[in-house]
Amino acid sequence: MQGSTVNSEQTIAVAQNGYSDGHGASHLEDHPDHRIFGLYMFFVAESFIFLGLFAAYLTFRAVTPEWPPEGTPELELLLPGINSLILISSSFVIHKAEDAIKENDVKGVQLWFAITAAMGALFLVGQGYEYAHLEFGLTTNLFASTFYVLTGFHGLHVAFGLLLMGSVLWRSRQEGHYSAESRFGIEAAELYWHFVDVIWILLFILLYLL
Amino acid sequence: MAQTQVRPLVEDELPQEPKGEWKKYFTFNTDHKVIGIQYLVTSFIFFLIGGALATGVRLELATPEVDFVSRELYNQLFTIHATVMIFLWIVPAGTGAFGNYLLPLLLGCNDMAFPRLNAIAFWMIPPGGVLLMSSFFINEGAAASGWTSYPPLSLMNGKSGELIWILSVLVLGTSSILGAINFLTTIIKMRTPGMKFNNMPLFCWAMFAASILILVSTPVLAGALILLSFDLLAGTSVFNPSGGGDPVVYQHMFWFYSHPAVYIMILPVFGTISEILPVHSRKPIFGYLAIAYSSLAISFLGLIVWAHHMFTSGTPAWLRMFFMIATMVIAVPTGIKVFSWLATIWGGKLRLNSAMLFAMGFVSMFVIGGLSGVMVASVPFDIHVHDTYFVVAHLHYVLFGGSVFGLYASIYHWFPKMTGRMINETWGRIHFVLTLVGFNLCFLPMHYLGLMGMPRRVAEYDPQFATINTICSIGSYILAVSTIPFLVNAVVCWRSGEKAPANPWDGLTLEWTLSSPPPEHNFPTPPVLKTGPYDYGVRERRGSKKRPISKLRASDILSN
Repeated sequence: MQGSTVNSEQTIAVAQNGYSDGHGASHLEDHPDHRIFGLYMFFVAESFIFLGLFAAYLTFRAVTPEWPPEGTPELELLLPGINSLILISSSFVIHKAEDAIKENDVKGVQLWFAITAAMGALFLVGQGYEYAHLEFGLTTNLFASTFYVLTGFHGLHVAFGLLLMGSVLWRSRQEGHYSAESRFGIEAAELYWHFVDVIWILLFILLYLL
Repeated sequence: MAQTQVRPLVEDELPQEPKGEWKKYFTFNTDHKVIGIQYLVTSFIFFLIGGALATGVRLELATPEVDFVSRELYNQLFTIHATVMIFLWIVPAGTGAFGNYLLPLLLGCNDMAFPRLNAIAFWMIPPGGVLLMSSFFINEGAAASGWTSYPPLSLMNGKSGELIWILSVLVLGTSSILGAINFLTTIIKMRTPGMKFNNMPLFCWAMFAASILILVSTPVLAGALILLSFDLLAGTSVFNPSGGGDPVVYQHMFWFYSHPAVYIMILPVFGTISEILPVHSRKPIFGYLAIAYSSLAISFLGLIVWAHHMFTSGTPAWLRMFFMIATMVIAVPTGIKVFSWLATIWGGKLRLNSAMLFAMGFVSMFVIGGLSGVMVASVPFDIHVHDTYFVVAHLHYVLFGGSVFGLYASIYHWFPKMTGRMINETWGRIHFVLTLVGFNLCFLPMHYLGLMGMPRRVAEYDPQFATINTICSIGSYILAVSTIPFLVNAVVCWRSGEKAPANPWDGLTLEWTLSSPPPEHNFPTPPVLKTGPYDYGVRERRGSKKRPISKLRASDILSN
């Protein structure tokens, strides 16, 4: 340290800026402060898959003389409507989990995550029921194909959200894994769930209402 | 803040690579420098494979008849050649290799924002590549409908080959997206204190622009491929006109990625060229802000010109007009870069080493590709030369004369930093001459072939084109041979070349403040910028040491 003017206070300040791992720590550490930012980048990419599919759907709609093509049975609105309500309200439920963890209330997190997961599962069951009772199949016509691909791809995202919540629940069994200071997993699962929700709202408007 | 003066390290103090260190390149290592080299070596291997496929294509085209391979195999050869070169060589080498290796060093941080994600992104490349190559060994053969994979053609060839192609591109695309998330987060969040956007090295700007393109456009390709795989496997007809679908929608989705992909492949190279030219001209870069912002302009314009690939796909006239003008406008930011580069080397004390030769080769070859790009952007001309060899000539001037020349320049420039050894200049120059001659012999005559109406993607052709095709094929053989001196040179010098000093080129960017190769954790403390990245020969600095100063001390390196 010859000639260095860095005093210990500055060193600590520097260390908190993420340069603490000069020697011992490994490259394995992801930058904790930037994970949420990275997650938003991921959502940008995800949005563009859906936007691409939406744009394709809208183009098919625009260039096909009759939409939906002749002979496509009317879509029932009641069940998907209820399903939408379940999914949208689950977004408010999962937000309670974030409030809880800010108070260091892990039990609260477990409760709200379990409820959200149950609502998500209910949504998937509802969608499965709808699939089973629709009068058109995947290959019936262009509308049917795009309908199943879009809702199915979204359903896949819901299922992945359930996995995320499951893994948060599993990890929360360990004392002190989540706390007000360390809650990335909870926040990430919540943000993802909101994202999946917003996509569903767009999808619902596009497929059922327009 | 007072600075500790750094004494240049003497030879014995340089960190010695412990024995068995090479093994780390075969592991799930999270050091961005290891990952960068993993990307570079892996993608170069695929470059050689793609080159072998191209040589196969040229062997077939050396004569007008179908004699070397069958028509079906010929289709597979050019399809996989393009896919390998794009998804397994230029994209991973430009963004993956140099992005990963250089960004943290240039920005003055210890690693990428998400090192584990980074390693995951790399380790998707080898399986994706092996998967793609494996399709040659199945009964129906590899995908054979061109790298564009347009339906309904792509639904009519062998299903397994096409499915493998889709899966492999999805895997490689995902890897690319994960990389972009990392690059953007690192550039936005992890610059060393004191480095603002407007004084970061131009490579970082270029990677910023390229990463935005990856993030926005690659997912749309994924969407298209998901729909295509339903058509292929589940019997839907989303893109199949015989079942009421619309193949043009696939073309729109495909080119919404694949046109920006051109910029994903060229922007990182624009970045490295902007680093290389000032160093070897000993002059400040001309028009820093113009080069920086023109990258963003290219990135934005690149997203709204895709349908110029579809002028003959029944695109309405008013839409063709829009895409024609928007495409031509891209020549403006690109021209800004080219003129800035020329002004940078103008009157400089040029060092004509291999890196600089390839960089200057890049500028001149890329300009030819850029000019023919403006030509094919105009609708009447494009309708005439669409799907002819003129397009093949154009794209190779952009992607080979541009990206590959630029990648070679970057490899020669940073070879001492990456390996800690100097590369042999004589063999580098031989490599340059062979590449330049082979490249122009192979692709320049194709402009003429295209104007005369020779269609691309067909194994046999009219005998009147025979002589010119033979010349092209000879050029391609020279190109194939040109990789040998490079390969031997690189391997021999990596193993036993002359030891490289920390700053062999007297560069001012931060990577040259570190030893060659840099220590595992780069900077022990955030480096303090003493100069701008391109302040070569600037008056204020006269008399001071012509080196940037970091707070790196010999003791820090040795204890690592």
